[in-house]
Amino acid sequence: MLDVAYLIPALPLAGFVVLVCLGRRAGDPGAGWVATSAIGLAFLSSFIAYVQLLGKDGEARAVVKPIFTWIRAGGFEVEAGLLVDQLSLTMALFVTGVGTLIHLYSIGYMKGDERFPRFFVYLNLFAFSMLVLVLGDSFLLTFLGWEGVGACSYLLVSFWFERNSAASAGKKAFVVNRVGDFGFMLAMFLVFATFGTLDYQGVLSRVDVLTATTATAIALLLFVGACGKSAQLPLFVWLPDAMEGPTPVSALIHAATMVTAGVYLMARVSPILALSEEALTVIAVVGALTAFFAATVACAQNDIKRVLAYSTVSQLGYMFLAVGSGAYVAAVFHMVTHAFFKALLFLGAGSVIHGLHDQQDMKHMGALRRLMPVTAVTFIIGWLAIAGVPPFAGFWSKDDILLAAYDKSPLLWGVGVVTALLTAYYMSRQVFLVFYGGERWRKAPTAGAHAGGGGAAHDAKHADDAGTGGHGAHGDAPHEGPWVMTLPLVVLASLAALGGLLNLPFGESARLEHWLEPVFGEALRHVEASSAHKQALAAAAGGAALVGIAIAYGIFIRGRRTTAFEPPVLQRAWGIDALYSALIEKPGHALSTFAARVVDARVIDGAVNGVASLVRAGGGQLRKVQTGYVRNYALGVAFGATVLLGLVVMRAGA
Amino acid sequence: MGVGSDFPILSTIVAVPVLAAVVVALLPRSRPDLIRNVGLAASLAVGVLTVVLAIDFEAGVPGYQFVSEHRWIEDFGISWILGVDGISLFLVVLSGVLFPIALYGPKVHKDLKSYVAWMLVLEAGCIGSFLSLDLFLFFLFFEITLVPMYFIIGGWGYENRVYASVKFFLYTLFGSAFMLVGMLALVYLSAKGRAPVTFDIRELADRGAVAGNTARWIFLAFVAAFAVKVPLFPVHTWLPDAHTEAPTAGSVILAGVLLKLGTYGIVRFGLTLFPQAAVDLAPLLLTLAVIGIIYGALVATVQKDLKRLVAYSSVAHLGFIVLGTFAFTNQGLSGSVLQMVNHGLSTGALFLLVGMIYERRHTRQIAELNGLQKSMPLLAAVFTVVMLSSIGLPGLNGFVGEFLILIGTFVTHRWWAVVATVGVILAALYLLWAYQRVFHGTPTGDNVGLPDMTRREKTVMAPLVVLIVFLGVYPKPVLDRIDPSVDRLIDHVESRTDYRQPPVAADLGRNVRAAERGIAAQRAAREAEGHQDAGEDHGGAGEGGGEGEHGRVDE
Repeated sequence: MLDVAYLIPALPLAGFVVLVCLGRRAGDPGAGWVATSAIGLAFLSSFIAYVQLLGKDGEARAVVKPIFTWIRAGGFEVEAGLLVDQLSLTMALFVTGVGTLIHLYSIGYMKGDERFPRFFVYLNLFAFSMLVLVLGDSFLLTFLGWEGVGACSYLLVSFWFERNSAASAGKKAFVVNRVGDFGFMLAMFLVFATFGTLDYQGVLSRVDVLTATTATAIALLLFVGACGKSAQLPLFVWLPDAMEGPTPVSALIHAATMVTAGVYLMARVSPILALSEEALTVIAVVGALTAFFAATVACAQNDIKRVLAYSTVSQLGYMFLAVGSGAYVAAVFHMVTHAFFKALLFLGAGSVIHGLHDQQDMKHMGALRRLMPVTAVTFIIGWLAIAGVPPFAGFWSKDDILLAAYDKSPLLWGVGVVTALLTAYYMSRQVFLVFYGGERWRKAPTAGAHAGGGGAAHDAKHADDAGTGGHGAHGDAPHEGPWVMTLPLVVLASLAALGGLLNLPFGESARLEHWLEPVFGEALRHVEASSAHKQALAAAAGGAALVGIAIAYGIFIRGRRTTAFEPPVLQRAWGIDALYSALIEKPGHALSTFAARVVDARVIDGAVNGVASLVRAGGGQLRKVQTGYVRNYALGVAFGATVLLGLVVMRAGA
Repeated sequence: MGVGSDFPILSTIVAVPVLAAVVVALLPRSRPDLIRNVGLAASLAVGVLTVVLAIDFEAGVPGYQFVSEHRWIEDFGISWILGVDGISLFLVVLSGVLFPIALYGPKVHKDLKSYVAWMLVLEAGCIGSFLSLDLFLFFLFFEITLVPMYFIIGGWGYENRVYASVKFFLYTLFGSAFMLVGMLALVYLSAKGRAPVTFDIRELADRGAVAGNTARWIFLAFVAAFAVKVPLFPVHTWLPDAHTEAPTAGSVILAGVLLKLGTYGIVRFGLTLFPQAAVDLAPLLLTLAVIGIIYGALVATVQKDLKRLVAYSSVAHLGFIVLGTFAFTNQGLSGSVLQMVNHGLSTGALFLLVGMIYERRHTRQIAELNGLQKSMPLLAAVFTVVMLSSIGLPGLNGFVGEFLILIGTFVTHRWWAVVATVGVILAALYLLWAYQRVFHGTPTGDNVGLPDMTRREKTVMAPLVVLIVFLGVYPKPVLDRIDPSVDRLIDHVESRTDYRQPPVAADLGRNVRAAERGIAAQRAAREAEGHQDAGEDHGGAGEGGGEGEHGRVDE
């Protein structure tokens, strides 16, 4: 039963191995089709597993499929296995589903890249790691996937390594994530010290042995890990820079899947979180603050991808707000709908960048709805979904979160509603600047000429000829991509429009809630509220969205402006990067230099050389013996040792 | 498979390189190919023998195997005793694998004959040290390794080779002097009364003749020698010079094998002969280890010479190994032993790669290199894999050892483990930054159009990459052989001291797993019968936890 589950991670792994073996021979687009089929079949396998799981009773839907003993030493044992349950399968379904669409899209987007096969090697390795992350049956296996996706993220962000900005961004992503991993690792140590095992079933079935302090410690340490991977305050700084990667990477890794891993981890350990109100509150507050903070920054960005990057940070904040409010289903629901609409928005942005020959500055776009109708229509659906306009997907999932947040604290709800307004505003700003207004791209500088400045993430695919202006925006008009690029847009747009059906709040139609409930059990908080109360909250959220859109409409359409409320402090993300540079990077570098130049070279080696010269000076009488040849010293030592040895042993024998 | 039980495989493994060295010494200088082939054949033969040894080695047996014992200097109680257990086994295999790679991989530009001869002597010295069960014999091998290494650095090294080789030699000799005195004191004190003089460490450990302050002083004397070799902060400053100035093969062996003499010595002699002193002084050594981890990483970050950067990374990595050793848990110690092998593979591979870059560019200065990935995608890919292994990425070998060390340390010395975990962040920082500066960016000047890996270089790197992946994915065959010996050593320490390993580290975890499997089986049975009663699960898991004292389930 459920043996098909093995195929879910095995297929992308097989795709990876095949592509590594083929190397360049896989070719363009051959490598793309191999990788896409691998993950497409993984989606099929997930779906079959889902159907099989449906055939079981709710309680019996958690199945462990063992693989092999990975690590064993003393009392520490990790048996690698897959934990197939409602939560992991939900994740697997949308990871493989959205993943397949993005793989397909990449075939068109990456066409002509000199490292085309390598790109798909990384994509399949990523898919495999991500599936291990969600399907792993122990903390350590999740960590394996966790670090694996991190490494793939590093490789893919710095895919166009010729550009220093891309190389730096990849490194930054990995290192900042490692800070989070520090928390994850300590949490695992603490879990092992407490439970003697790291596998989920062994730990989560016995959480009653935890003291409140230990529960809080484990929860918060895991949350540190989640903050790294899911780009929450204060560890979000890597995600905007990660936009240096090719746009499909941003869609797959930095919007739909990898960055939600932190939310998944929190949902997975919900029984532990349930024991610590303090931890939940911290998570909710950090989530709400991140949501608000990132939304303000998104309002002032000009790079089409950076807007979406900060938006992702902000939406992930919503998910943590849900987790902190005990609304795990709402968190997962929003994770899924967000995967739909944010992947859609990124792919749409990629389509625009592609059509404009690597132009990413929204100030040099405009009026594209006529030239790129498919992109425009699908992007607009994505916009309505993320802005929270009913009946699109985002409205329903965000509404669930805000309802739970209100139950936790009206203040958190307030932050959430203001963020919803900001979200509607910055997304409307983006849509109006890109698809409406004048055709500013006609007189725009070429993307290549622009690539040097501004620190914006320029998706300069053809880095080699960017400088020579080989692809100016003056030449051919913006155009729609091939079908492999537009088809995923259409599919994702339908999902973004209809995704709310997964969990409508009416009567018995709350499918996701029923499906996931057994996983969370008592940790899940149910909001008991009258429907009038619920409707009032929903109206407030929907109202906020409309106000945000109206403001943007007033400024960018009626007012025909292209600039509004973009203070430098927001453009620079409240100066947090600069703060880290001043507080950590520079002192750290100074300390390291001090250790290398002073401690090592002067203090320790100084002492060593000092002793050596002292001996030399004191040994003036022995100068004749000091031939300077080490082999003579060696002989001397050997001789002395033998004499000493003889003496000692003779005395011992006496 | 395998060899007859009376075949002296260990003595053969030590003797083959010595004999080959003699043969090489007798060959005429005018036949470089013959010299190379003899050296390569001998080291390959040793490599094969060590692999045979690992296959014939019986997993699950904690004691010494393949022991061969011959009386030698009877009056002084000195014997030729060789034996191997789970702690030394893979260090022997590691030596067997790395020496042919080091001999074949990097090109030698002068005096091949002496070079090959010295390398073979070095191999015999290293393997002999790992196999000796006689203290005197160990000391002999341990000191023998110094001489060929000195000549290899001094003879075939780079600009500053003379300074580096003398520094290396004197530093190590200084440490050894302490050990010599400690060794003689131990043997002398153990021979009081009617007991005969012996250098047999099994006998010495059994007698446990020294205690209290005496034991602590003698322990420190041993540790002084090993600490220099490891090297432990603050006696590490010979290492960057020696590594940087040594020829590539020298660096590979120095990092891969020679440093392990120090960590191995601490485990084999420090913990076995002086259990109480080791437990007493653990906080000191743990602290030095943690300082080494952080300090080595910080200093590595600001190095301008790529080889020197890798050298400092060794200081950090070896700190982890010492940390796990003094954690006194199965995980910590098994992790340390495994990490000795892992570090040998990863850092050996890194030095080979740096050597390949040097062969092409004749510089190791990071500032002079850029964009190498453009023209050498394969070399860059291999470097990436090795780098990620060194960083401790799960799925590659480095992670398994590092994680076991940290988790094993955490259960006994929580805060040391917490600080050491910071080293994991720093490792990513210095290596990725170096990678970025060397491989990323657009190549300029002499960095344009360099040839990618040659067939010979691929041949050399392939086994290392395979092992790096294999040990990361499936370390079980190795751990299954290490663990019983580690268990035995911890038992030995517990039987001689008040120290007790926390139950969670010893066997509680396994019982939890076993109980769980029981529950799963029950559940499956119930399901088959059509009954469903999830309520009983809690009781079952509780029982599992309570079974902690009953010892191992599966052995």
